[in-house]
Amino acid sequence: MTPSTIELPVTADDYRIARYAAAAIALTVAETALPSPLPGIKPGLANIIVLVVLARYGWRDAAWVSLLRVVAGSLVIGQFLAPGFFLALAGALCSLAVLALAQYLPPRFFGPVSASVLAAFAHIGGQIVLARLWLVPHDGVFYLLPLFATAALVFGAINGLVAARLLDLPAVAPAEAAA
Amino acid sequence: MTGRVPEGLRELLAQAAGEGHAPWRTLLKAGDWALLLMAALLVAASYPLLWRGGVADRAIVKRDGQLVTELALNTPRKYEVVGAIGTTVIEVQPGRARVLSDPGPRQYCVQQGWLTRANAVAICAPNHVTLQLSGRSGQNGAYDTLNY
Repeated sequence: MTPSTIELPVTADDYRIARYAAAAIALTVAETALPSPLPGIKPGLANIIVLVVLARYGWRDAAWVSLLRVVAGSLVIGQFLAPGFFLALAGALCSLAVLALAQYLPPRFFGPVSASVLAAFAHIGGQIVLARLWLVPHDGVFYLLPLFATAALVFGAINGLVAARLLDLPAVAPAEAAA
Repeated sequence: MTGRVPEGLRELLAQAAGEGHAPWRTLLKAGDWALLLMAALLVAASYPLLWRGGVADRAIVKRDGQLVTELALNTPRKYEVVGAIGTTVIEVQPGRARVLSDPGPRQYCVQQGWLTRANAVAICAPNHVTLQLSGRSGQNGAYDTLNY
């Protein structure tokens, strides 16, 4: 076998993003094992990772982790290019757009919980708009909005708290450097 | 590497349980509280707002597709329609309506019971009579028809 002549330089950034994306994908896969009362209502645990990356390394890395999570996560659970994949992608893009703005909230008053709740609402918003335009071309989907919004609020707050707690941990940094 | 993971996990779980940590509420800043409160209010407000559209306020009675009458769903009353094989009795109560009796052999529209949502419909086909509820938004209601 001829050794590849193409050399792709791998930077420390790439390793870091890959590591966080792997964690996010693991959470996505774990989450599919949880029963859901309504299709579309999920805790979105992978977003904890996105929030941590956003706070530590900025929006660009968070976007990489989030989108890698959507693509690779859907490949792992066999949903790639299925409707669920596009809904997840729409949600991820919307919440990334909102996070791009939310990162400029004054840090004195706003923590990861705010970012998480806003992103969760954006996530639900993106999904329901895509669902309305494409999957269920009927205003009936909006009847579910209160339920989705409630889930977004609850899970957004919980994920934000977990992200805040993780960011609060001083012990994670050295372990991560060693990994 | 593999040996270290459970150890770190145990440590993480202990920390997650709050060991040696400030309580959860210290992770929330003033703006977070304000935003959570606002979001909770918005979510609470969305429930009646989005579900109000489905509330019916008129019953439309048709025979052979032709409008016979429109009954407001605010006072209880009964209404009789003479159809192809007999008389269908419509009963209206505040917020709901039903086919009380119908000469049809299978009684589907009677067994449907009370209709409460906008655009819900009971069809008494043998007698050529339909009862449909209409919502506040008129013809552009949430659904074209509802069947059960």
